[in-house]
Amino acid sequence: MRELLSGNEAVARGAYEAGVKMAVGYPGTPSTEILETLAMRYRSVYSQWSPNEKVAYEVGIGASIGGGRALVTMKHVGLNVAADPFMTHAYTGVNAGFVVITADDPEMHSSQNEQDNRIFARFAQVPLLEPSNSQEAKDMVVTAYEISEIFDTPVMVRLTTRVSHSKGIVTLGEVTEGPDKKFIKDPAKYVMIPSNARGRHAVVRGRLQLLKRFAEDTPLNIVECNGSKLGIITGGISYQYAKEVLPDADYLKLGFSYPLPMKKIADFIASHEQVIVVEELEPFYEDQIKAAGFHIEGKKYFGAQGELSPIRVAEGLKEAGFIDEIPLALIPHQEGMFPRPPVLCPGCPHRGAFMALKKLGVAVAGDIGCYTLGVMQPLNALDTCICMGASIGNAIGMEKVKGSKKGTVAVIGDSTFLHSGVTGLMDAVYNHSNVTIIILDNRATAMTGGQQHPATGKTLMGDDAHEIDIPSLCKALGVKNYREVDAYDYEQMLTTIKEEIEREEPSVIHTSRPCVLMPKRIMDEPYVVDLELCNGCSACFRIACPAIVASKETNEHGRPKAEIDVTLCTGCSLCAQICPTEAIILQSKFVPEGV
Amino acid sequence: MAGENSYDILIVGVGGQGVLLASELISDVAMNAGMDVKKSEVHGMSQRGGIVSSHVRIGPVVYSPTIEHGQADILMAFEQAEGLRALDWMKKDGVAIVSTTRLVPSIVTSSKEFNYPHDPIATMRKNAEHVIAVDADKIAMELGNPRLVNTILLGVMTNYLPFEIGLWQDAIKRRVKERFIDINLKALDRGRQIKLSKVEV
Ligand SMILES: Cc1ncc(C[n+]2csc(CCOP(=O)(O)OP(=O)(O)O)c2C)c(N)n1
Repeated sequence: MRELLSGNEAVARGAYEAGVKMAVGYPGTPSTEILETLAMRYRSVYSQWSPNEKVAYEVGIGASIGGGRALVTMKHVGLNVAADPFMTHAYTGVNAGFVVITADDPEMHSSQNEQDNRIFARFAQVPLLEPSNSQEAKDMVVTAYEISEIFDTPVMVRLTTRVSHSKGIVTLGEVTEGPDKKFIKDPAKYVMIPSNARGRHAVVRGRLQLLKRFAEDTPLNIVECNGSKLGIITGGISYQYAKEVLPDADYLKLGFSYPLPMKKIADFIASHEQVIVVEELEPFYEDQIKAAGFHIEGKKYFGAQGELSPIRVAEGLKEAGFIDEIPLALIPHQEGMFPRPPVLCPGCPHRGAFMALKKLGVAVAGDIGCYTLGVMQPLNALDTCICMGASIGNAIGMEKVKGSKKGTVAVIGDSTFLHSGVTGLMDAVYNHSNVTIIILDNRATAMTGGQQHPATGKTLMGDDAHEIDIPSLCKALGVKNYREVDAYDYEQMLTTIKEEIEREEPSVIHTSRPCVLMPKRIMDEPYVVDLELCNGCSACFRIACPAIVASKETNEHGRPKAEIDVTLCTGCSLCAQICPTEAIILQSKFVPEGV
Repeated sequence: MAGENSYDILIVGVGGQGVLLASELISDVAMNAGMDVKKSEVHGMSQRGGIVSSHVRIGPVVYSPTIEHGQADILMAFEQAEGLRALDWMKKDGVAIVSTTRLVPSIVTSSKEFNYPHDPIATMRKNAEHVIAVDADKIAMELGNPRLVNTILLGVMTNYLPFEIGLWQDAIKRRVKERFIDINLKALDRGRQIKLSKVEV
């Protein structure tokens, strides 16, 4: 059987074939579809979203110790959150096989940084696999479980955006049961008190030696001989780019890339006149190969930032003197095009808060989610965005040093609040902060496609679940000033924020209009513009609603009047509330001239 | 960098226009025709009005999942200005299939800084030899459903790929909900009747 699968779908398929018992993670581009695929297509694998990556990783460890193969998935920055269990898990090792997927995002298509998590594998001294396409993604996941159990170690499989989100043809394999393991008490292995951990650290060092030998022999590290004088050492997606440019060079393709097969590398270097390293982001192979005493180059030609591509690889190879010519585009690039940045959707319940915050000119510590789009023109209403959950801590610090005279506000989404905002709120109450925290609760993890979380009432596999009551949670933490606001009521939003920033105590403002896209598409009666009344002031253009477009009619200064695309308008009414000439009216109330 | 019997296709549009579904269908057809195929796109922001592009590469063996500037044999654009923006991805003698749809974003309407280009299709024609402009919105309305735009454009594309029409029809039957199959097959056929004519060149 052959199927066209994305790298993420292939990982899900691999886990299914390997008889995984527990798949767990937290959403994050480009990793999200792995668990979604399992929950949709391979329902015999129990899968769940956890509130954050650290919990997910710990649940995975538990499943493995309990005797079931475990898959844990996250985006690259998720591993920062899960780093604590990850680093010590290397010491305990596994019972049933354990694989952690890190989906890195070179170029930051949808991320706040482009850290190279291969370095994390070396940091923790756990084996690292790097698939370069969907077939390998599936096959390597199956192999990773064998490696995990043979060497008693967690295994990291590293994807990148172009592997996760590219589709390719995959030949499916057989579905197996996985090993039949039970929980066995073994505190010396699993209870990491210092006396036990010292012993386990020695185990880690010894295991690394065994893994080095394995790296030399595994078919995951292949030498491709085409009789060329030029040898290319590469792995992951970079292999595909290099093959595109130079299909007939010789290759050492590293599928198992930590620990590196240094003997194999030495032989490859010795048997070629010229050798170059092609890898994306950090000089991960290069530094280690150089440290082993070899004179090779890589980053000098390909750079350590952003995504590679066939052209970037070709340019590097040309600079290194290995190719003469690069095919160039013949059609010139079109200069001066307008940008088309992502924007908040028509009817997005986050819009009103940003309109108010912009007007108040307060310092706004931001967080990660759809609402991060509040930073874009023309809303321009966010001042920080570091990582998930950071807004509340950032606001507490800014406020303690009285950084903004007009007050300090944190904005955070519901999924992010439950992920890592709750501890920040504890800090605000405990340490007498005066911050105002706006929880923009749209009842979904919208940014990544509307996944469930502990306050939505559903699990990943579709079962009903208890809904955490965010108001009660805040009150239990000691928040005395708790205000509920209708996200579609601009005046109420504005006055509530004003009142709460003046208060010398922490406050929480909670909005609870649902996301207009997920889980249900919300389409209420649309508004229209009465062109007789519209004076072209463009106040409504500045709330950045995609449903509000320029009409062909202009005012006396030649500025366009507004028009509403009724197929996009959801009827949220915010534009009507701020229109100074009351020209925006419900469609059914509008009586055109002459009718 | 596609070689013989290889096709690099770039599909561009704006979030929500169905770019990803179109590339899915093409890939399906290519696989069932026995070719190697890879397709690549960046998800994440696609639902929020940003630019969406999908790369489809077809050939005996495909390595890179992404196309390069100047390499696309076919450029399919669901929006005029996006067609113009992506034109330099196409080979000089490639075929551009562009819907005359215009979507002007709020960043253009709310500031004086940016303008929507005057006539994107005319500019495309100045720079490339084969540009097929399709009033897909109008045809879709005639057929009775505005969501048929991508199938109409796919219909045009069938003329420039070496796959039998039956394979395209099968792909539609597999991917489209039962009650929409007939209308989509009609849309595919309407598109297929649109070819490069002397007038277009
Ligand atoms: C540690 C980490 N995990 C995951 C992500 C990916 N991610 C970005 S925002 C977000 C959740 C957004 O949900 P919410 O806070 O409810 O805001 P919404 O998008 O619904 O407005 C996720 C999962 C990330 N950036 N960092």
